[in-house]
Amino acid sequence: MTETKGKWQLKHSVVFMRVLIGWHFLYEGVVKLYNPDWTSFGYLATAQGPFKPLFLIIAKEPIIGWADTLNWLALMFVGITLLLGIFEKKGALVGIILLALYYWAHPPFPWLMQVNVEGSYWFVNKNLIELAACMVIYQYPTGQYFGLKYLFNKKNEQTKTETL
Amino acid sequence: MKWSRRDVIKGLGGIPILGAVWWAGASNAVSKNRERTAILEQLNIQPSLPSAVKAISGDPIRVGIIGFGIRGEQLIRALGFATKEWLEEMRLAAEEDPNHSSLEDFMNQDKLNVKLTAVCDVYDVRADRVINSFSTEDNKVIRFRTHQEMIRSGKVDAVIIATPDHWHAPMAIDALENGIHAYVEKPMTHTVEETYRLKEVAEKSKASLMVGHQHRQTLSFQTAQDIVTKGVLGHISLVQTNTNRNDDNGAWNYNIEDEANPQTIDWDLFLGSAPQIPFNKNHFFRWRKWWAYGSGLSGDLLTHDYDRLNCVLQMGIPSSVMASGGIYTHNDGRNVPDVLQVNMEFPQFSTGSSQKKGKEKGMTFVYSATLGNGFNRPTILMGHDGTLELGNRLTVWPDSSSTKYADQIESEKMKPSVPVYSYNPGASVPDAVSSATSQYFADKGLMWTYINGARVDSTFLHLREWLSSARNGGAVSCGIKEGFEEAISAHMAGLSVKLGIRIKWDAAAQRIVPIEGIDFDEVLLSNT
Repeated sequence: MTETKGKWQLKHSVVFMRVLIGWHFLYEGVVKLYNPDWTSFGYLATAQGPFKPLFLIIAKEPIIGWADTLNWLALMFVGITLLLGIFEKKGALVGIILLALYYWAHPPFPWLMQVNVEGSYWFVNKNLIELAACMVIYQYPTGQYFGLKYLFNKKNEQTKTETL
Repeated sequence: MKWSRRDVIKGLGGIPILGAVWWAGASNAVSKNRERTAILEQLNIQPSLPSAVKAISGDPIRVGIIGFGIRGEQLIRALGFATKEWLEEMRLAAEEDPNHSSLEDFMNQDKLNVKLTAVCDVYDVRADRVINSFSTEDNKVIRFRTHQEMIRSGKVDAVIIATPDHWHAPMAIDALENGIHAYVEKPMTHTVEETYRLKEVAEKSKASLMVGHQHRQTLSFQTAQDIVTKGVLGHISLVQTNTNRNDDNGAWNYNIEDEANPQTIDWDLFLGSAPQIPFNKNHFFRWRKWWAYGSGLSGDLLTHDYDRLNCVLQMGIPSSVMASGGIYTHNDGRNVPDVLQVNMEFPQFSTGSSQKKGKEKGMTFVYSATLGNGFNRPTILMGHDGTLELGNRLTVWPDSSSTKYADQIESEKMKPSVPVYSYNPGASVPDAVSSATSQYFADKGLMWTYINGARVDSTFLHLREWLSSARNGGAVSCGIKEGFEEAISAHMAGLSVKLGIRIKWDAAAQRIVPIEGIDFDEVLLSNT
């Protein structure tokens, strides 16, 4: 019984986390989609750390145009999959890749200048934490409890194994 | 299959959240865009595009370089000729740091229809460097001992003058009188009299004269001109420009080469009209530190800032100048100040007013310089309605007490702490109320401008414009009018700091107002 209750709490906590992360990604994506002047140029051009040369290449024409489009597309993909609870493993994976890119573009290493950050970080920042959360979502999909996956499962399942 | 309410919530509960987030994001972005567009439309600032330059068609223009020192080498490189030593150095630098793009930038530079045919340098090592690097099978670079010989040789159509200041005017005058086009480094002249004379000669000559203020090619300055003309800032009462340097190179303590000696340097020719003193390597390589050959901060660096602003504001020569300063950071035998403050008065100047007619008129231009601190003080134009930070990037802030923007400030559509316009030609788009991250994009300084997002050497553009004018006729962006204004303003500052008094300009007579018993040129050249 305690195990079941614990599982119930875990499930709901992960669903809650999934919705929040989906919310965050979708909003970021939509805001960029509806702002024609938005570009990741400044973010990329000021990149630091070991992958700086790579980010500087991305910041150049014509790659930057593709990078911008891919960025909001990917953000929205993560947002939609996590919010709707479908293909969430794929969504979580894309989220992990995006967050890893953001993390490495401006890594919170003590020997690098921290530009444009609102808190104090030492190796670990919010991007990395959100990345870890996406890993949890990847490992523990919850679409079958809350999301479109639930409906698909329901179609196939006539015998209820879980009634929680 | 039966659907309970529970099923609907569990299965489709994400959809309303998705809808809400989407709606919030879209409406937020759209309304911000709308506000921004409204502000931009009101400001109506047009980011400048590079001006078209007629092609240099026909035979290559034959160019001679007079003075192949630090600046001379940079100019020749901008013309398309890099020494073997430099190419190798830059290749190594790029290997070490992939972001080091000097070599790549040089390679990408458009080729000009020019031929480097002649060199004139009093120092053998430098003259040889030109000959060794740029002579080809069908074009041997010829060395001339004096500029007179080069100008009269029939081997050059145009000369680039990158000598110490005291040689600028004599060479430019001689070139123009002989129909040879001249590009002369700043400051255009070394004394007041030769400034008047060069003006007369240049106005009569058919040859094209360009003064080396390459930042006139910087697109942000042309955009800044639009900002000022459209009255975005209101009446500008104060302009602040600065020099902040704190290193030996910045204080003109350049490298003294071992090969330099009385055998390799034609010392008498270097001295020219300057006081005759025995051979002195220190004076040769670091001539900017003595009034006899250079003009210190007022001629060397004030001129940059003055001309930058003259390009944006077209304020011309100040009605009076007061300056003060001293040798406070580099007491090493130099006699030009290393800390200098110059106030130039323009009592009749106006950039338009949003207030009651007659309330606002006049402006002070402040140049503040030290060679003992490198803190980056930006150039700012302070108007009643707004403030403009001027660099390769432009930023405009509304003023909290602006008359023009009073309504927007009250309704918080504008905030004094948030820029209403930001122009970053290095970014892929110019954006109003720039994104937080793009604000951190490094300002690349005066040497570069951006055309369609690509870095272009402004010296290259400046030289190209001069050569195009030489071939096709037409005006140049820094000709005798601009050079005259720059030189006179700098000399007024030099005179004021040396005499400790206010120097006035007589606009009607086009002369500095004489002061009884004082010979201005004697004062400028004197070593005290």
